[in-house]
Amino acid sequence: MNKLINWVDERLPVVEAWNKHLAKYYAPKNFNVWYFFGSLAMLVLVNQLVTGIWLTMSYNPSAEGAFASVEYIMRDVEWGWLLRYLHSTGASAFFVVVYLHMFRGLMYGSYQKPRELIWIFGMLIYLVLMAEAFMGYLLPWGQMSYWGAQVIVNLFGAIPIIGEDLSLWIRGDYLISGITLNRFFALHVVALPIVLLGLVVLHILALHEVGSNNPDGIDIKKNKDENGIPKDGIPFHPYYSVHDLMGVGVFFFIFFIVVFYFPEMGGLFLEKPNFEPANNLKTPAHIAPVWYFTPFYAMLRAVTVDLFGLDAKFWGVVVMGAAIAILFVLPWLDKSPVRSIRYKGWLSKIALAIFVVSFVVLGYLGIVPATEGRTIAAQILTVLYFLYFILMPFYTRMEKTKPVPERVTG
Amino acid sequence: MRKLIFGLFIAILPAFGLAAAPGGALDSMKPDHTNTESLQRGAALFTNYCMGCHSMEYARYKRVSDDLEIPADLFEENLIFTGARIGELMQISMSKDMAAGWFGAPPPDLTLVTRVRSESWVFSYLRGFYQDDSRPLGVNNVVFGNVGMPHVMVEMQGLCAVEPRIGVGASVEPLSGNINNSDVCPEYAIEGSMSAAEFDRAMWDLTNFMSYMGDPVKVERERLGIFVLIFVAIFFIFAYLLNREYWKDVH
Repeated sequence: MNKLINWVDERLPVVEAWNKHLAKYYAPKNFNVWYFFGSLAMLVLVNQLVTGIWLTMSYNPSAEGAFASVEYIMRDVEWGWLLRYLHSTGASAFFVVVYLHMFRGLMYGSYQKPRELIWIFGMLIYLVLMAEAFMGYLLPWGQMSYWGAQVIVNLFGAIPIIGEDLSLWIRGDYLISGITLNRFFALHVVALPIVLLGLVVLHILALHEVGSNNPDGIDIKKNKDENGIPKDGIPFHPYYSVHDLMGVGVFFFIFFIVVFYFPEMGGLFLEKPNFEPANNLKTPAHIAPVWYFTPFYAMLRAVTVDLFGLDAKFWGVVVMGAAIAILFVLPWLDKSPVRSIRYKGWLSKIALAIFVVSFVVLGYLGIVPATEGRTIAAQILTVLYFLYFILMPFYTRMEKTKPVPERVTG
Repeated sequence: MRKLIFGLFIAILPAFGLAAAPGGALDSMKPDHTNTESLQRGAALFTNYCMGCHSMEYARYKRVSDDLEIPADLFEENLIFTGARIGELMQISMSKDMAAGWFGAPPPDLTLVTRVRSESWVFSYLRGFYQDDSRPLGVNNVVFGNVGMPHVMVEMQGLCAVEPRIGVGASVEPLSGNINNSDVCPEYAIEGSMSAAEFDRAMWDLTNFMSYMGDPVKVERERLGIFVLIFVAIFFIFAYLLNREYWKDVH
């Protein structure tokens, strides 16, 4: 065995890579529960890739055959129902863990210098993941697949001058059709997964270059022992690999409860109208995207005023785009001398709390049909969402921070 | 540990809060896919009364015959009317174009109808027909207004002369002891061969069968789920102990 490793190592630096990224990658020893979600996101990614490959073996990407082939997978393919439910539940689970992973970053300032690039790669992953999920949702070719895609692609039509041509170019047709289905299939199973995997590698390489942040937001590399090993660091393998195994157990327990007992999650993970084949002559009474898009969908609907001679719809698209774009510049908005929310002042704490509440409630408002009252609520919450970022340079500078300890606090 | 469970609980919270059911007055129907006899009676009703117009084209006869423990030869003899072989999909011979001409819209495929509209909806709809001479077919439905479908089961239920009481619970008058709203239909224009209770039971069986057809793997899935969860729980115990062993010397 050793001989084999040596033989390979002389030709490819596997030992060095193993040490750099696992056995001698020193992570802070005070990780808490929030640090499970990064590795869980990788786990879900693997689940999506594996179940996706097997689903592709029986799926038929055509307008005539897509819906029936999904039911064929559910009924006639051995374990097909399990593959499909693992994949559909996995899609929602992916967003659950990614949202919690991002929240962890917000809480402990993991985007701050020198981790700006990690944050940006992470945001790109989030962006690609949204595209991946959106295109994957068209594939079952149900009513909500069809009309959801119709609504979202039509949004591009709101852009002045080029809009109509742009949405025509995306669809490849005047309506969502088999042509659209085919190209979304190609992007969903080939193009975007490649980009996603590349970005995940970059995200981790950038992380391992500067080292992990921790709940105290302390730089553990400032305190090294005589061997140059951080005093508060601990090798990722085996300490965090066994630790993450425990998180995998808890995650799988919850995940499989959904897969085996609530695969539709009351219409949240698999929407009821999607059990009806796509019909371009029959618009569903209420079109709602899947839950992980609804905060942004609520912002889109919240914009109801025409401005500068341009449609409210266009400004809605702008707001929606800005809501995601502003996350990219977050590392440069936070002017606080400390990283972690533990040592920031009460202004930061309140701002983060308001931000989380507005995001969650917007998510709810995006699911339910709009009423006058709900639109006003969505407008207020959209403003609060943006204020978290726009006011950040001010409140992080103004507030009084607590002294940060020299060593991690467990 | 407590923090871990709490954190993961928070993680799935958004999934629970919004799982609300649609409104509207319906009679509640909770299917039971383990009641094979009910499913068999439902299958007989569906193939005899519904499959003239409605296909279940995503499912195969063979699967139904196996799952419902109906011997294949009996099934072919008594429950397949199109001349199809038992391994084929449950299609019908009526063409969609012609059906559109007759009914305004082709009768929809019903494989997944309970998953689109819910069991309670189907159960209420099947019992919601009543006489309405203003309609082309002489009947209307309280659950699905101005529906294009005739009352296929009129010989069993009879024809209700007034709007049936769907989604109204039966209640006892406290002073007289009389029961209100015990039957769906208070007054019949045509008497049927079944009593109200018998017809309700038959429609329950039919809905139960349709629910099974929408999700045929449910019983098997929920049976397997237990073993998977037990396995994961045992895995967690070992992962927990392994983690504790490694971390006991870290301070």
